[in-house]
Amino acid sequence: MHLTFKKTGQTLVVSMAGELDHHNAVNVREEIDRRFSTSNAKNLVFNLQKLAFMDSSGLGILIGRYKTVSAMGGKTAIAAPSLLTRRLIELAGVHRIIPIYETAQEAVGGVA
Amino acid sequence: MNNRVKIDFLSVSENEGFARIAAAAFVSQLNPTLEELDDIKTAVSEAVTNAIIHGYENRGGTVTLLMEIEEKCVKIQVIDKGRGIDDIKKAMQPLYTSKPDLERSGMGFTVMESFMDSLEVSSETGKGTKVLMTKRIM
Ligand SMILES: Nc1ncnc2c1ncn2[C@@H]1O[C@H](COP(=O)(O)OP(=O)(O)OP(=O)(O)O)[C@@H](O)[C@H]1O
Ligand SMILES: [Mg+2]
Repeated sequence: MHLTFKKTGQTLVVSMAGELDHHNAVNVREEIDRRFSTSNAKNLVFNLQKLAFMDSSGLGILIGRYKTVSAMGGKTAIAAPSLLTRRLIELAGVHRIIPIYETAQEAVGGVA
Repeated sequence: MNNRVKIDFLSVSENEGFARIAAAAFVSQLNPTLEELDDIKTAVSEAVTNAIIHGYENRGGTVTLLMEIEEKCVKIQVIDKGRGIDDIKKAMQPLYTSKPDLERSGMGFTVMESFMDSLEVSSETGKGTKVLMTKRIM
């Protein structure tokens, strides 16, 4: 699992590459939380374009970050999920609280 | 075609990825689509993760992955000898989790159910849990 971060305006984009499962979840969560709090960003975009696999452990990560970001008045969005990840997100109804965009750029525009 | 493999592995999270790859490799002899492979990998990941975090609660134990092929149908069992489930009906409800503090979403069984053709869970408190899933490869 590899994470890269980029701040655009008030939005931090985290791009995830690899497989997001329970094994990787703790490190991913800690790194996103640490980078988000030091970035002084308000909004958070999950760029899933290079995410090869995700299961319900990933849903937990998305929902958990949504809760902390929205508690501080920010917005979250998901960008470029694979077909599998999109099915998982829609099955859990997560797209109703975290909107899905086709590209990271659109997601950044969407939360701004 | 008929075939069968059984793998016993230690209940450590490193083996979640291993179990997914083992399942994908075994099922590939049926020439599944990429989508069917993704479905099976996801369902196996859910069941194995449950055995590790709920069954054994991150303590050492053995998880068994038993996979069988009968004609075009794959049958997968994930078995642990952990704490078991007191109320299976409640556990299988969407969004139910006994560990909300760990950021679980309570969607594991729902994912297995919708990504596979059938799902059966049997369990005994203090004895362990067996998850049986089947899928027909078109
Ligand atoms: N192998 C198991 N041994 C003991 N309890 C289990 C086992 N599998 C599932 N459970 C129980 O069933 C509940 C529901 O499981 P499910 O996979 O649907 O959700 P979860 O694991 O809590 O969350 P998620 O899978 O979304 O991360 C669990 O919270 C747990 O209490
Ligand atoms: Mg689960």
